[in-house]
Amino acid sequence: MDFSFLDQLWLARIPLLKGLGVSVSISLLSIVVGTVLGVFVGLALVYGFRPVKWIVRGYTDFIRGTPVLVLVLASYYVLSTIGIDLGPFQAGVLALAVFCSSHVGELVRGALQSIPKGQTEAAKAIGLTFAQTFTYVLGPQALRQALPAWVNTAAEMVKASTLLSIIGVSELLLRTQELISRTFMSLEFYFFAGFLYFVINYGIERFGRYVERKTAVPS
Amino acid sequence: MTYSLNFAAVWRSFDLLLEGLALSLGLAFVAILAGCVIGLITAFGLISRRALLRKPAGLYVTVIRNTPILVLVLFSYFALPELGVRLGKIESFVATLAIYSGAYLAEVFRGGLIAIPPGQREAGLAIGLTEMQIRTSIIIPLVLRSVLPSLGSTMISLFKDTSLAAAIAVPELTFEARKINVETFRVIETWIVASCLYVATCSLLAALMRAAERRLAVPR
Amino acid sequence: MTNLLEIRDLHKRYGTVEVLKGVDCSMRQGEVISIIGSSGSGKTTMLRCINMLEEFQGGTIAIDGQEIGYETAGGARRRKPEREIARQRALTGMAFQQFNLFPHMTAAANVMLGLVKVKKMSRDEARVLAEKWLDRVGLLSRKDHYPGQLSGGQQQRVAIARAIAMNPKLMLFDEVTSALDPELVNEVLQVIKGLAEDGMSMLIVTHEMRFAYEVSSRVIFMNQGRIGEEGHPREMFLKPRTERLAEFLKTSTFN
Repeated sequence: MDFSFLDQLWLARIPLLKGLGVSVSISLLSIVVGTVLGVFVGLALVYGFRPVKWIVRGYTDFIRGTPVLVLVLASYYVLSTIGIDLGPFQAGVLALAVFCSSHVGELVRGALQSIPKGQTEAAKAIGLTFAQTFTYVLGPQALRQALPAWVNTAAEMVKASTLLSIIGVSELLLRTQELISRTFMSLEFYFFAGFLYFVINYGIERFGRYVERKTAVPS
Repeated sequence: MTYSLNFAAVWRSFDLLLEGLALSLGLAFVAILAGCVIGLITAFGLISRRALLRKPAGLYVTVIRNTPILVLVLFSYFALPELGVRLGKIESFVATLAIYSGAYLAEVFRGGLIAIPPGQREAGLAIGLTEMQIRTSIIIPLVLRSVLPSLGSTMISLFKDTSLAAAIAVPELTFEARKINVETFRVIETWIVASCLYVATCSLLAALMRAAERRLAVPR
Repeated sequence: MTNLLEIRDLHKRYGTVEVLKGVDCSMRQGEVISIIGSSGSGKTTMLRCINMLEEFQGGTIAIDGQEIGYETAGGARRRKPEREIARQRALTGMAFQQFNLFPHMTAAANVMLGLVKVKKMSRDEARVLAEKWLDRVGLLSRKDHYPGQLSGGQQQRVAIARAIAMNPKLMLFDEVTSALDPELVNEVLQVIKGLAEDGMSMLIVTHEMRFAYEVSSRVIFMNQGRIGEEGHPREMFLKPRTERLAEFLKTSTFN
């Protein structure tokens, strides 16, 4: 029986949709956990005590110098060996979250340090405490500054979710590969998968620009 | 569960890891070089006033930047043969990484191009240079100098992307590390060593970039 | 004898806005003409049309009888090929308000670039010529310095040397002192004065009224895209005939 691409696509709709769902959850989890972690990393880099700064700096430099794939593979193999039985999905998400945190940490650090010292001085001069200064003066400015780059990082995480296919997580790319091994339509389905990822990422890109416009300060 | 660290097994295979690293660097070098050429040409296209040049350049950059590199690598090696393009693993990966690099480098170069004051081109025109002469003698040297920092970090990033070649069994560093991991079960040691090799190489590359920046900087 | 520069009925638009509304100008060899006027009067635009840094939609510009930029072939107006326009640009030299020196080249290299690439000289010939002109503007000692290491006045003098070394028939100066600190203006004006005394044909767009008075053989006052008044500096500055010129002179620094 010689089914066309569209026929095969329809037949495989459930596993593909499931795969898409897994990809989305990988992305969301790693972005959320990574961002939360990353904010702490960034704060530590800017406001931490010396030893804390050094440890965190070492952490981020090490993570950033390592390819994501290596982090994913390491997480997968190492964790199961030392008794933390997480399974590929959790191991993979952990690796991605750690990767994300190092990038977000760098972002946050950069954004905070780009705010001129005069801002803090002016806040002090009107009697704000550090907490207030951070909440009303530094935070909002750093947020605006970091937002475009953060959206970019989020898009990177969506793309990085594909790496989990290598450790056997049934996300979209792995499902696509399974489908190809059954139908031999590699051209059509790789193209289709690429197209889906493109649409998602392009959507994120547009959303990012929208957010940038909306949060910009009128000038 | 007890796990005692034993690096001996990894040291025995260290030369394999180094060979893998050498291949990673080789892949990166060729791909990035080609990517720079592609990126520079594309960047000129991106800033062109002619839509015939601008639209395809923009399309290329947008599509590649929004597609996961793993999908591109697999597509290149497994799907292209159906169109008659049958490349070996290494050629396929290098070509893919070159096209991937081109799109990212194009954005870097574009940023540098639009930062050049229009007066530079006008001064070149005023002494009678043709557009091509202006591009080679004035614009490109200035762009390269001004984008060196972002160029450097993009290149280091692309070097790390060579790890994706492991997905199609190219024997670069990550692939070798995984092999050693699977054969010796020394998981922690293997991955620590592999990471350290990557981190060390990236640091070295970063230092090289900074040195290049210093050498090329115009005295003020 | 053909005029060095012949501009007839020059028209130029930016989109729907017409900035040059029919300008006529004739210039003989050896003349030094200053062009004055308020911003938006079209003086810089006219200058930039002469070396085709700006396109123009109507009229003709001719240097030594050679039509610049466009030709009329069989009743139709056509833009000349890029190569020819590049060659024509070498007939004129231009010094810019922002100097526009190439920051990655030394002063000498800046001057040599055109000589090597356009005039096809050998590097040695070019170097000799470059050093001659740098000396002429008083900066031979700075020939191996980079623009970032030079003051504004020095940069502008190098820029003038770069333009003159190409041996143009006509030198165009576009507000070359407007971006300079006051104490640096004079060194540049002295160089220009020296060139005028040597017989260089020059069109100078400037705000420096006193300088225009001292150095020009003729002054053109541009007003809203047209020539408002022109004549000998003495008459123009001391006895303006039109009200607009009188108004303009009142608001500028001249006494």
